[in-house]
Amino acid sequence: MAQSGRRDAPELPDFSLLKRLARDQLIYLLEQLPGRKDLFIDADLMSPLDRIANVTTLKQHEVDKLYKVELKPIVSTADQLCFLIRPRIQTVKWISDVVNLDKAAGRLRRYKIIFTPQKFYACEAVLEEQGVFGDVTCDEWAFYLLPLDDDIISLELPEFFRENFLEGDQRWVGAAGGALRLIHSLYGPFSKVYGIGQCAKMVYESWREQVEDGEQKTQQPEIGNVFLIDRDVDFITPLCSQVVYEGLVDDIFRIKCGSVEFGPEVTSSDKSIKVMLNSQDKVFNEIRNEHFSNVFGFLSQKARNLQTAYDKRRGMDIQQMKAFVSEELKGLKQEHRLLSLHIGASECIMKKKTKQDFQELLKTEHSLLEGFEVRECVSFIEEHINRQISMIDSLRLLCLLSLTENGLLPKDYRSLKAQYLQSYGIEHLLTFSNLKQMGLLVEQQPGETLTVMESKVGKLVNDKTAGKLTDAFSSLAKKSNFRALSKRLVLIPKSGEEYDLRVPRDMAYIFSGAYVPLSCKLIEQVLERDGWTGLEEITRMLNGHEFAVSGGANGTESRIKADSQRIVLVMFLGGCTYSEISALRFLGRERGYKFIVVTTAITNSGRLLEALLDNHP
Amino acid sequence: MAFVTANWNPLGEAFYRKTELYEMGWNLKDGLRDCLLAAAPYGGPIGKHFWKKYTLCSTLPMSFFSPPFFSTTLYSKESHWKSGVVRQLGWTVCDDLLCIQEDGTVLIYDLFGSFKRHFSMGNEVGQSQVVEAKVFHSPYGTGVAIVTGASRFTLATNIDDLKLRRLPEVPGLQGAPTCWAVLTQDRQSKVLVANGGDLFILDYTACTAVNPPGLSPQASSIVHMCVSFSYKYLALFTDSGHVWMGSANLKEKLSEVETKVRNPPKQMAWCRRPKSRQPSVVIMWDRHLLVVGEGKDTISYHLEDDSILVPEMDGVRIINGTNHELLQEVPASCEEIFKIASMAPGALLLEAHKEYEVNVAYGINMLPQNYMDKSIGTAAHCLHPHHTEMSDRHQHISAASFGKCFLSNFPPELFVIMCRDLRVLNAVRDYTVGIPLTHTQFKQMTVQVLIDRLVYRKLYPLAIEICRYLKTPEYQGVSRVLKHWACCKVQQKEESDEVIARTISLKLGEAAGISYSEIATKAYECGRTELAIKLLEFEPRSGEQVPLLLKMKRSQLALSKAIESGDTDLVYTVVTYLKNEMNRGDFFMTLRNQPVALSLYRQFCKHQEQDTLKDLFNQDDDHQELGNFYVKASYKEKRLEARVAHLQSAVDEYNKAKNEFAAKTTEEEMRLLRFQKKLEEEKGESLVGFSLHDTLRTLLAVGLHKHAEQLYKDFKVPDKRFWWLKLTALAEKEDWEELEKFAKSKKSPIGYLPFVEVCVKHHNKYEAKKYVSRVTPEQKVKAHLAVGDMEGAADAAIERRNEGEISTILSRCSPTTDRALVERLNRAKSTAAKK
Repeated sequence: MAQSGRRDAPELPDFSLLKRLARDQLIYLLEQLPGRKDLFIDADLMSPLDRIANVTTLKQHEVDKLYKVELKPIVSTADQLCFLIRPRIQTVKWISDVVNLDKAAGRLRRYKIIFTPQKFYACEAVLEEQGVFGDVTCDEWAFYLLPLDDDIISLELPEFFRENFLEGDQRWVGAAGGALRLIHSLYGPFSKVYGIGQCAKMVYESWREQVEDGEQKTQQPEIGNVFLIDRDVDFITPLCSQVVYEGLVDDIFRIKCGSVEFGPEVTSSDKSIKVMLNSQDKVFNEIRNEHFSNVFGFLSQKARNLQTAYDKRRGMDIQQMKAFVSEELKGLKQEHRLLSLHIGASECIMKKKTKQDFQELLKTEHSLLEGFEVRECVSFIEEHINRQISMIDSLRLLCLLSLTENGLLPKDYRSLKAQYLQSYGIEHLLTFSNLKQMGLLVEQQPGETLTVMESKVGKLVNDKTAGKLTDAFSSLAKKSNFRALSKRLVLIPKSGEEYDLRVPRDMAYIFSGAYVPLSCKLIEQVLERDGWTGLEEITRMLNGHEFAVSGGANGTESRIKADSQRIVLVMFLGGCTYSEISALRFLGRERGYKFIVVTTAITNSGRLLEALLDNHP
Repeated sequence: MAFVTANWNPLGEAFYRKTELYEMGWNLKDGLRDCLLAAAPYGGPIGKHFWKKYTLCSTLPMSFFSPPFFSTTLYSKESHWKSGVVRQLGWTVCDDLLCIQEDGTVLIYDLFGSFKRHFSMGNEVGQSQVVEAKVFHSPYGTGVAIVTGASRFTLATNIDDLKLRRLPEVPGLQGAPTCWAVLTQDRQSKVLVANGGDLFILDYTACTAVNPPGLSPQASSIVHMCVSFSYKYLALFTDSGHVWMGSANLKEKLSEVETKVRNPPKQMAWCRRPKSRQPSVVIMWDRHLLVVGEGKDTISYHLEDDSILVPEMDGVRIINGTNHELLQEVPASCEEIFKIASMAPGALLLEAHKEYEVNVAYGINMLPQNYMDKSIGTAAHCLHPHHTEMSDRHQHISAASFGKCFLSNFPPELFVIMCRDLRVLNAVRDYTVGIPLTHTQFKQMTVQVLIDRLVYRKLYPLAIEICRYLKTPEYQGVSRVLKHWACCKVQQKEESDEVIARTISLKLGEAAGISYSEIATKAYECGRTELAIKLLEFEPRSGEQVPLLLKMKRSQLALSKAIESGDTDLVYTVVTYLKNEMNRGDFFMTLRNQPVALSLYRQFCKHQEQDTLKDLFNQDDDHQELGNFYVKASYKEKRLEARVAHLQSAVDEYNKAKNEFAAKTTEEEMRLLRFQKKLEEEKGESLVGFSLHDTLRTLLAVGLHKHAEQLYKDFKVPDKRFWWLKLTALAEKEDWEELEKFAKSKKSPIGYLPFVEVCVKHHNKYEAKKYVSRVTPEQKVKAHLAVGDMEGAADAAIERRNEGEISTILSRCSPTTDRALVERLNRAKSTAAKK
C-alpha cells in the first residue's frame, strides 16, 4: 500500500494493562466473599469475562459452579451466591425473586451482586422495593474497557446505543466518561480533544468532572489526540453492506468479543470452531482490511507459499529435517489451519451472498448513495419486501433511502410501510415509530425542497444561539442532509473512473470505491485542520455540538514527544463497524497516524437495527 | 535577661522549672475559692463556674491578659446561671464546655458561652444525684464518667456518639468512693476505684479487685489517685503520706516516695514528658505544691493562692487567681546548654552569639576551632524546641541563624521549619490569642488541629495567616478556614441575605476546594432558606446542591440541578423522592418539563410499573405512545379476545393521535386475527399471530387457495406480492400444472422472469423453458441464460444489439465447445460497437 514517503507509524500503547487491572479487581471482589460460592454471570458478560479471567482463575478463587443468568429459578445448592451482572433492572428483580424464594423456603444463603461497570441507583431502589436490600451486598467491578485487539477497545455495552439515542436515557454517559478517565490516567495526558455530537459533549464533560476530582499526573503521554463521535452523526456508514473481509465476517458470522464461531459449513467437518480474530492471526491480519474481491487471490497466493514451504522438506537430510520439524513445522501447521478456515469462510460468504443477489443489493445501495435512479431503487426495495427476502435488510434499505433522500415521499412512506407490515407483522408499527424518532425513517415534509429546509435549519440555528431550541428544530434537525454533506465533503468519488480495489486511493475502497464513510471523513478533516474551522457549514448540517479543546497547560512539553501526537484515540459512542476501523487504519497508513478505536460496542447494520426493533415481548 | 537557670530545681537527675505563662486578667475578689474551674489540655481554654451563688459567670475561658490590657475581655461571657447545680466542668476536644449537673444532665456550651445542646447520663441518676463526675479524652473523643449517690458508675466514651454504659456494682461500696479515675486500656474505657484500701477496676462487664505491686504496708487507704496524660502511668496517694507510682496496668512499680504529709491532697497530676528521665508527680495541697520523683528528694513550692493543676502531655499548668504557670522537667538537651559552665556546642554557640551582639570580632573568635566538623547539627540543636520553650525563643532563633552562617553544608530545611514553627507558637501564645503551646504539644496536635482551634475562637485572619505562612495545602488550610468563617457569617442575623451572600462570594471566590453546599446547609440550619439558595448558586458542582435543595423542599430546583450535573443516579434520587413527596398529577407535571428525568423514569417504569407508564402517557395526552403501548401489550396476551381488545384501544389512541395509517393497520390486524382464528378452528392449521404474508404463504402451501384469494382481496394485498407468493408456493410444492394455469390466468404483474428463475431454482429447466418466451425483451437474455440456452440468449442479445449483454454471454461461453457461437457473438459485438 501507499506507505512510501510516510513517517513510520508510532508504536501503540500496551493495552494489556487494562486486562490485568480488571482481573486483579475482579479477584479482589471475589475474595470479599470468602469460601466456596456459585457464580451467576449475565449472558452477555460471558465472553468479555472469558477474555479477562478464565474458568481456572475463577476456580482458584473458590468459585464452585458457573451459571448463566437466565431469569429462571435456580438450582444451585451452594450457600453463597455471587452474581456478576450488568446494572439492569430486570436482572436485579430476578435476583430479588431468588432471594425471596429462599427466604420463603427458610433457606439461609449469602448473596453478593457485583455490578459492572458500575451500579445504578435504580438497581438499589429495586432491591429496596423488593425487600431484600439488607440481604445482599453490592459491589462494583470497574471493568470499563476490554481490549479486543492492539487497536480496538470495547466497552461491550451494546445497549448504550438504544438507551442513549432512542430512549434518551443518559445513564451510560458517566460510564463512558469513566472509561475515558481510565485511559487518560494510564496513557494520558491528552493534548487535544475533539468531538461532535451531544452525547460526545456530555461524555467529555463527565470525564472532565471526574478528572478534576482526582489529581493530574505528569507522565509521558502515550496518546496525543482524542476524537469523540456520536453514532447518530453518521447512520449511513453502519447501514451500508460491508465488503471488507473483517466486516463481512461480522455481517455473516457475527464476531463476538473478538472471536467468531465458524460452523460446520466453514470447517467442513461436523464441528464448530471458535477462532480469535485479531492481529495474532497472521493470515487474518493480512486480509482483514482487504476488499473482499482481493481476498481469494490473496488466499490462493498464501496457499501456494505454504505449499512451497512444505515442499522444502523434499531433499532435506536428517539434520535439516530435524530443524524443520522443530522450528518451522508448527508454525506452518498453524498457518495451514488458519488458512483453510479463512478459505472456508470466504467460500461460505460467497455462497450466501450470491444466493441473496448480493450484486443487485450493492448496486441499489450505491445508487441510493449517489442519488441516481431512485425510482428503480424504490421498486427494488418493494420487491425485496414483497418477497420477504430479509427482514433486517429490507429495513436497512428503507432507512438508507430515507437518510439519503431526506425522507421518503409521503406516498412511498405509506405504501412501503404497509407492505413491510404485511410481510413481517404489525408489531413493526413500533419499530417504525422508533425509526421515526431516531430520524432514520421519516416522511418528507411536503412542499419543502432541500434548500428551503437548509435555510430553515440555518435560521433555527441562529435562534439556538439566542438560547431557544424549539421542538420544530429538533425534529427538523434529525433530517440527514446527506446530499449536501456528501457534496461538500466529496464523499462520493466521481463515477465512471475505474477504481482499483487492490491499490485503494482513499477510504472509499471499503465500500468498493462508491462512498467515503462520513464518520471517518470527518475525523480526517478535523485532524487535518486541527479543529473545526472551515467546517462550520458541515457541523451545522450535522446538528452541531462540535468542540475542540486543548489539553493541559503542558502543551509545549507534549509537543516534544511528537510520537504520541500521531496516536489518535477515536471513541465511537453508540458503536462502530469493522469497516470504519478498516478505513481508519487506511487513513493512518496514509497520514502517518495510528488510530486506536474505542467503542461502546462493535456494531453493524444488523445489530443496529435489531436494537431498534420492538418485537421482543 | 536573667539567668535561664534561676528557676531550675534539681530533683534526682533532672531539673524542674516553673515558668510564668501569663498574668491572669480576671478580676476576682475571692480568688478561685468558690469556683469550679476546668481547663482543656494543649493550652486550651479555661471554664469557671461560681457554684455557691447559683448564679453563674459561666464560661470565662482564656482570659490571660497582661496587666496593661486588663480591659480586653476577649472570650469571657458572663451570664446568669438558670439551670441546676453544676457538679463538674470539662472541655471537649472541640473546645466546647461541658457542664455536668447534679441530676445527670450535661449541658454543652460553645467557647462563647452560647448553649449548644444537652444530653442526659441516664434516667436513674435523677434520684440518686451525681456525686462526682469526670471528663476524659480518648482516641474515640471526649467522654464523661459519673458516679451517683447510689455508688454506681455510668460512662460514655464519646459524647458525640452517645452510648451510656452502666458499669457493674463495686462490692462493699457505700456512697462515694474515696477516689477514682478513668483509664483507657485495650480500646476500652475503664474506671479505677479506690474504696478505702481496696482497689478495683471496672469495665463494661466486670468489677475486678487489683493490687498495686509493692504498695507500702503502712497504708490503710488510698486517698487520691491520678492517671498520666497518656493513660500509661498511675499514681496513688495513701493515708500514710506515701505516693506510689507505677504503670497503669498495675503490673510494675516505678517508685514510692514518702511525702510526710498525711492529709489528702487537693489535686495530683503527672508531670512527665515523652522520654522523661524519671517519673514524677505534682501534688497540691491548699498552699503547698510538691514535686516527687524517684528518689527521696522532693521539690516544694509555696502557693500564694488557690490553684488548680492542668495536666499536659509534657508538664503541668498551674492556674490561680493571678497567675498561670507551667511546671515541667527541664529537657536534657536544654540542660546541656544552660547548665553552668557547659561546654556543649549549643551552649558555646549561644554564648558566642551573645558576645557577637556586643563585639563582633570577639564573638566569632569565641567559636571553638572544631566547631564546624564537630557538630554539623549544632545550630539545629540549639534551636531544638525543648529549650526554647516560651520565653527565650527569639534569642535562640537569632543564635541559631548566627551559627548557621559558619556551616557550609548544613541543610537549611530543618532550620527553616523550626523557625516557622516557633514563630507560629509565638503568635498563638500572644495574650490576645492565649494558646500557650509547647513545641512538643504542637507537634502532637498538628497544624490542622491548631487551625481548628483558632477557628473555634473565630480568629479567622490569624488562622489564614498561619495557613499561608506554613504553606498548608489550600483545601486543608485557607479554604477550610474560609468555610468556617462563612458558616459563622451566615449566622449574623442583622445582615440581609443579599449582603451576606455577596460578602461570602467575594471572599471565597478564588479559594480552591470550597464547598458552598456546606455553608448553605449551615444557613439552612439557621433558618435562612433564601440565603441557602443564594449560596448554592455559587456551588460549581451541581451534584452537591441537590441533597440540600431536597431538604429545603425545593424539589423542582433540585431536579433541574440534578439534570445539570449529568449524573443520572442523582436525577433518579430526586425522581424517587418526588414520587413519594408529591401527588401523582404534580409529579407527572414536573417530569413533563424535564425530558431527561422523564425518560429515565420511563425506563424504570417499563420494567417495574407498566401501569404507571400508561398513566404517564395519559397525562401527557401522548396518544401515539399510548397506541404503541397497547400494541405492545397486545402481543403479550395469549388469548385472542384480550389481544383484540388491546388492539381496539390502540386504534382509538391512534385515531386520537391522528395517525390514520397506524389506526388502519391496527384495524386490519384485528381483522386478520379474527380471520386466522376462524380458519384455525375450521382447518386446524396454526395461524394466529402470523403476518399477512406468512398467513398467505401457509394457506397456499397447504392448498387453501380459495381462502388465500379471499385474504388477497380483503386486505388489498398488492398484486406483485400475491404473485410472488403464489409462484414460490406452487414451485415449492412442485405443482407445475397449477403453476402453468396460474401463469396463464392473467398477465403477470411481476413479469415472467421470476417464473423462469423460480423453476430453475427448483431444478426444473423443462418447466422454466415454458416461460422464457413470455419474458420481456429486456430480460430475455437473462432468462435464456438462466435455463442454460446459450443460442437463445445469443439470438436475443444480437437482436437487441446490446454490447453489454453480448459480453455477458461471451463470458459464459467456453471457447472450445461454443466456437461458432463465440464467433457470431464477436461479430455482432463489433457491429454493435460501430453503431
